[in-house]
Amino acid sequence: MYEFAYHRPATIDEAVAALEAAGDGKLLAGGQTLIPTLKQRLAAPTDLIDLGAIPDLKGIRAEGSRILVGAGATHAEIANAADIRDRIPALADLAGGIGDPQVRNRGTIGGAIANNDPAADYPAALLALGATVRTNKREIAGDDFFTGLFETALEPAEIVTAVAFPVPEAAAYASFRNPASGYPIAGVMVARGPAGTRVAITGAGPCAFRSAEMESALAATFSADALADIAIPADGLNADIHASAAYRAHLVGVMARRAVAACG
Amino acid sequence: MPQTISLTVNGKPVTAEVEGRTLLVQLLRDQLGLTGTHVGCDTAQCGACVVHVDGQSVKSCNLLAVQAEGAEVRTIEGVATGDELHPMQAAFRDHHGLQCGFCTPGMVMSALDLVKNNPDPDEAEIRDWLDGNLCRCTGYQNIVKAIRAGAQAMRG
Repeated sequence: MYEFAYHRPATIDEAVAALEAAGDGKLLAGGQTLIPTLKQRLAAPTDLIDLGAIPDLKGIRAEGSRILVGAGATHAEIANAADIRDRIPALADLAGGIGDPQVRNRGTIGGAIANNDPAADYPAALLALGATVRTNKREIAGDDFFTGLFETALEPAEIVTAVAFPVPEAAAYASFRNPASGYPIAGVMVARGPAGTRVAITGAGPCAFRSAEMESALAATFSADALADIAIPADGLNADIHASAAYRAHLVGVMARRAVAACG
Repeated sequence: MPQTISLTVNGKPVTAEVEGRTLLVQLLRDQLGLTGTHVGCDTAQCGACVVHVDGQSVKSCNLLAVQAEGAEVRTIEGVATGDELHPMQAAFRDHHGLQCGFCTPGMVMSALDLVKNNPDPDEAEIRDWLDGNLCRCTGYQNIVKAIRAGAQAMRG
């Protein structure tokens, strides 16, 4: 990779200052996507601002009827947190399926959602659970956060500080994982809770999205059968060496039905 | 832009001059001569580079050395006690858990992290945990047996 100036701020304000002072700065969270990107020279920032030493970004705690997850919480911490396993087990399962154990020890939810890889798992959870993203500047509804391929509503020098997840009545995540990478070819989280009955799909399109048709069907009858005749259009879905758009559309239906069944 | 970092490696304090872009595996191998940690793929897939940082297994080809400032790093060289193999290492020997040995340091370091939180892992749990450790020689069967046996030996 190309050389850069490395910064290790102790506070969010210091991180913002370093970012704003940089010519072309990038934030480093877990680094499990960014470091490979730098090694391939797909990015060449002048400055790297490491968020790993900022205590305010860490931690997972209950906040009334919600679970507040620090942006710096790792996938392993989320998978193992008692609050999440007890109250949003679907989120723990999702986090526990990301990458491999070593990647999970470093990768963070803040980094993952800020990057918004089309095959990231968390976006499906934020959409299905009606989560809110907190930044150093404001709160952004999950529904408004993921705006396109590798694009989010974050402004320059805006840093994700936490994600607040309402606790659902029932939720489950079903993912058809690429056998090598573990990324979802199609991953669906279904949830019933304060944000309503929601079906959120990731891996299949350029950005995570919800299916209004599936949501209406489930709101009327919450069963896998209710989705039997609903086909997601293949139009606009991803097509690559792993799966055609048509196959992804088919997998969305299968994963959605499995997720509903897993809700119990 | 070179900078000086301080960390602990296998229990000993270390000071090193690194660039921002120096990977942890490069520091360990090239500067500290700890070549037991291997670079297999350089893309964070194969796990030959697995070490422990602050008690957790991580892929050292996927961390910057500067991120380990102030950290406690343990490599395969820090596992045995003098000439006496750690029970997990002995298990790999006894159960023929290696052929060429290239993946083996990463396998042992990964296994030690598994057993830390799960002292009696079953076969499914071991195979699941090894998701990030690839072996081209063995077909994994004896690696799994070795880890089962190593975990049992560690339980005493």
